[in-house]
Amino acid sequence: MEHQQLASPEISFAPAHRDDTVRRIWKTTIILSVITLIELALGFGLAKEWYGESHGAILFVKGVICILSLAKAFYIVSIFMHLGDEIRNLIMTIVVPLLLFVWFIAAFLWDGDSWRSLRKTYNKGNPAKHEQVARPASEGTLK
Amino acid sequence: MAQTAVPQEYKWWSGGKSPFNVSYGKLMMWYFLMSDTFTFGAFLISYGTIRFSQEYWPNPNHVFNSFPFAGHEANLPLAFVSLMTFILIISSVTMVLAVHAGHNMDKKGVQKYMLWTILGGLAFLSCQAWEWTHLLTGAHKVLIDGQIHELNTTVSHNPWGPQVMHNGELVGTPGPVAFGGYFFGITGFHGFHVFSGVVINIIMYIMTTRNVFHNRGHYEMIEKAGLYWHFVDLVWVFVFLCFYLI
Repeated sequence: MEHQQLASPEISFAPAHRDDTVRRIWKTTIILSVITLIELALGFGLAKEWYGESHGAILFVKGVICILSLAKAFYIVSIFMHLGDEIRNLIMTIVVPLLLFVWFIAAFLWDGDSWRSLRKTYNKGNPAKHEQVARPASEGTLK
Repeated sequence: MAQTAVPQEYKWWSGGKSPFNVSYGKLMMWYFLMSDTFTFGAFLISYGTIRFSQEYWPNPNHVFNSFPFAGHEANLPLAFVSLMTFILIISSVTMVLAVHAGHNMDKKGVQKYMLWTILGGLAFLSCQAWEWTHLLTGAHKVLIDGQIHELNTTVSHNPWGPQVMHNGELVGTPGPVAFGGYFFGITGFHGFHVFSGVVINIIMYIMTTRNVFHNRGHYEMIEKAGLYWHFVDLVWVFVFLCFYLI
C-alpha cells in the first residue's frame, strides 16, 4: 500500500506502520463500549438505589465509576490520539503538566467540603429543608 | 501505528530537528489541547467545589429522565445521555479510521469516514438541542413562600430542590441556583467545541475533496483535526461522569 510522505523535515524518524491498526481500533472501540456499559449499569444502580442508604457504599460505587472514566480517557488518548505511539519526550511533555490536576482536584473539593461544614456551624437558624413561609410584615417597624 | 523505532542514545536535543519527533503544527495542537484540558478541568472542579459546599444537590436521575417521543410520564434515567455518549464514541471511531485512511493516502476512505464523523457530530448537537429545549421549557411545580409556582430549569431557576409535603401532596422546592448555571455553562462550552469540531471537519472534507492533502503528499491536517475531535470525545467522558453518572 502507498504510504504518505513525512509531514515535516523536523521529523527524524518516520512513525512505524503496523498491519493490525484497524483491528486495534475496533478492539479499543469494544473496550470503550464495554466500560461505558459497566458505568451505565453502576449508574442505573445509583438511580434505583440498589446500594442502600449507606454513604460509604454509594461513595465506593461513585469512586469505581470515576476510575472507569479515567481508564476510558487512557484508551482514547493512547490509542485514538496515538499518544502511546509517540516518542517518550512528547508523552512526557503532555502528561507531566497534567499532574497539576492532583492538587487542583484535592484542594478545591476539600475547600467545598470545608465551606459546607462552615455553613452547618454558622447557618443553623436557616434550615433550607423545610417548607418556607413568608412571615407577615410586622406592623410598626417602619415609622 | 506502533511505537516509533529510535536508536539508543539518540541525541534529541542537539538542534536542527524536533526533539518531539513531530511537526510544529501537531505539537502546538497537543499544547492547545492540554491548555483546553485545564479550562474544562477548572470548570468541572469549580462545579465540584460548589456541589460539595451544598447540603443538598439535585439527583441527576430525577432531572435527566426523559427521552424524545416517550411522553411526559416517562422515567428513563440515563437513557438519552447513553445514546449521546455512544454517538460520540462511534464518531470518534470513524475519525480514527479517517486518520488511518490518510496514512495510506486513501482519499476515498478519508472522505467516507469524514462524512460519517460529521454526521455523528451533527447527531450529537441535535440531541443536545433537544435536551436543552426540554429542560428550558419543562415547567415543574415548586413551593415558594407557601405558594405553588411553576419553574423551568434555567441558569437562574432550579425546580429540583428537596420535596416537602404541602396540602397532602409531595411538591418540590427551589434547589441550588448554581445547578443550571453549571449544567448549561459546561455542556454549552462542550457543545460549542463539538460545533467548531464539526465546522473544522467540514473544512477538512472540502480540502480532501479538492486534493489539497493528496498534492501535499500527506494527510497530517486530518490527524490534527482528529486530535481535536478525540479531545471533544474525551471531555464528554468527564462531563458525562460529573453531570449524569455521579
